[in-house]
Amino acid sequence: MTTKPVNPVEPLLRMDRIPHIWCPGCGIGTSVNCFARAIEKADIPHDKLHVVSGIGCTGRVAGYVNLDSFHTTHGRAIPFATGLALARPEAKVVVYSGDGDMFAIGGNHFIHAARRNVDLTVICVNNLTYGMTGGQVTPTTPLSAKASTMPYGNFEDTFNLPNLAEACGAVFVARWTVFHVRQLVRSMTKALQRKGFTFIEIIAPCPTLYQRRNKLGDGAATLKYYKEKSIIKNGASTAEAGLGFQSEIVVGEFVERERPTFTENYAARMKEVLGASFVPYEGPK
Amino acid sequence: MKADPSAVATGVHFIDGDEACAEGAIAAGCRFVAGYPITPSTEVVEHIARRFPKIGGMFIQMEDEIASSICIQGAVWAGCKSMTVTSGPGFSLMMEHVGLAAITETPCVFVNVQRGGPSTGLPTLPGQADVMQARWGSHGDYEIIALAPSTPQECFDHIITAFNLAEKYRVPVFFMMDECVGHMLGKVRIPAADRIEIAERKFTTRKPGEYLPFKVYEGDQPEMVKAGMGHNIHVTGLTHDERGYPAMNAEAQDRLITRLCRKILDHTDEIAMYEEDGIDGSDVTIVSYGITSRVAARAVELARAQGIKVGLLRLITLWPFSDRLIQDVASKTKSLIVAEMNMGQMVLEVERAVHGKVPVHLMGSAGGAIIEPEAILARIKEVAS
Repeated sequence: MTTKPVNPVEPLLRMDRIPHIWCPGCGIGTSVNCFARAIEKADIPHDKLHVVSGIGCTGRVAGYVNLDSFHTTHGRAIPFATGLALARPEAKVVVYSGDGDMFAIGGNHFIHAARRNVDLTVICVNNLTYGMTGGQVTPTTPLSAKASTMPYGNFEDTFNLPNLAEACGAVFVARWTVFHVRQLVRSMTKALQRKGFTFIEIIAPCPTLYQRRNKLGDGAATLKYYKEKSIIKNGASTAEAGLGFQSEIVVGEFVERERPTFTENYAARMKEVLGASFVPYEGPK
Repeated sequence: MKADPSAVATGVHFIDGDEACAEGAIAAGCRFVAGYPITPSTEVVEHIARRFPKIGGMFIQMEDEIASSICIQGAVWAGCKSMTVTSGPGFSLMMEHVGLAAITETPCVFVNVQRGGPSTGLPTLPGQADVMQARWGSHGDYEIIALAPSTPQECFDHIITAFNLAEKYRVPVFFMMDECVGHMLGKVRIPAADRIEIAERKFTTRKPGEYLPFKVYEGDQPEMVKAGMGHNIHVTGLTHDERGYPAMNAEAQDRLITRLCRKILDHTDEIAMYEEDGIDGSDVTIVSYGITSRVAARAVELARAQGIKVGLLRLITLWPFSDRLIQDVASKTKSLIVAEMNMGQMVLEVERAVHGKVPVHLMGSAGGAIIEPEAILARIKEVAS
């Protein structure tokens, strides 16, 4: 008797929603595969792990993971996750969204959650474009790259996401491409196990819109580019992690540091000032 | 269930409406508040910030009102009763998440201490010009509940009602105060906790695999759930089916939106709270709400002293709007005057419901100061003659 082999990530996916909406060659699915493996490695009970997404292609991740998951509004996954995480401190809350969602419309929320060191793992799939709406320019589209709203090439300077995250206070910052699946699983595991605001940037192709418009080939050609042009530099200064059009990509774990979380700072301050009259928040009544 | 005695500030207090609102929220069981400073509502969150660390609540001042209005919804899905507090400009920013709360059926409370608008308008002066925004502010079709208190005591009493209604109907509830009510000092009697009835959130008791988060098993509402119960729920602002999964078609849209509207509209008369005085056989009846209804009560006294038969209908529930109530009033009076601190908003609903049966007049103002009783009296005389 033979049994049908089961992919080890299946229990973490809503198999009744597969096939997913992502295009052939898209990097989001690869990142989700790594995420599912990291969840197993991090050994977090599934009822204590929640995923919150914003809007866009990566925003659909919340809809495919078989966990309590929340697909919120455009750019606002982080403040929703902040409420969920503060109100349910025993859980690990992961924000999973794209570059446009998290750094254009949602940029303000990102910097403040990092500053407060809210206990969140924030995963950004950076495909350098708005995929869902047809390939417009985002805050991470490289200079000179074409986008539907930059038909003559992008002339705006870009965000260096690891550098931004570090400056705002993230306690763990890593960047990998979807070529670096093993490293990505390891960094995701680490991020899930750490307290505080942890950030992972995943460089991923959008073959349908970004690669095609810029004549960069398909998903496989992009993985080849990642393989050839990535430089692994763990501990590198995030200031050197800026990205240009088809430039070298500095990848690795850049920041690991300790900072008390929002919840720890809150409890410490209130204990100091209020003493015995402080009643810690212990979940919903 | 009853309020938590360790948190309720039982006693007689001389406090303003903002503080009474904060104390009422605490009594109602609210333990999560996210807000952003804005006049004239700031005193509510300031009071919450002082009180919450002593009663096991969690307050966070967010980076803006957009964040505040979704942060509270994250807390609701963790199981908390939650509230955000703002005024006009912040209320405008929150509209995105009014829609999210409506479509995801997230019970929560939005307090709007109204000031003069539009835009930055009159930060320190009153208005009642956000009542239509409360009803229609977010895009798409949905129904909400809105209440308007007229005294600090009602700020305490009815914010509890607001939380209870939010739980009962799984809907965002708006608490439409105004600068006058918010900053007005008055006697507020806070009862013993065992005299305060609060709605308990009813979480599903169905087992994982036997529960769909957006299926109506009994009544009009799906059974509530929270993160960590083992159901692996999916909650989305997209149109969704009973599983909570996105469903991008006209049939799913029709089913969901019709239910979201009907679950409120079918209970309009249960939700309607109001006070009436001397309407039957009157020549003119004033319809008013919030601070203006207190002024109207004085105008009614003055008019009666002059022998004019005048009635008063004070609306506490603004939305859903009870056509039946207004039609009933219209059958007992010869004319209506709607007194409100705006250029004519609720008057449109009154006119629609009355449907020409009796004349409907507006006693409006652009806001910035309460309408004087003498001005309403003059209008009464004009209409009654």
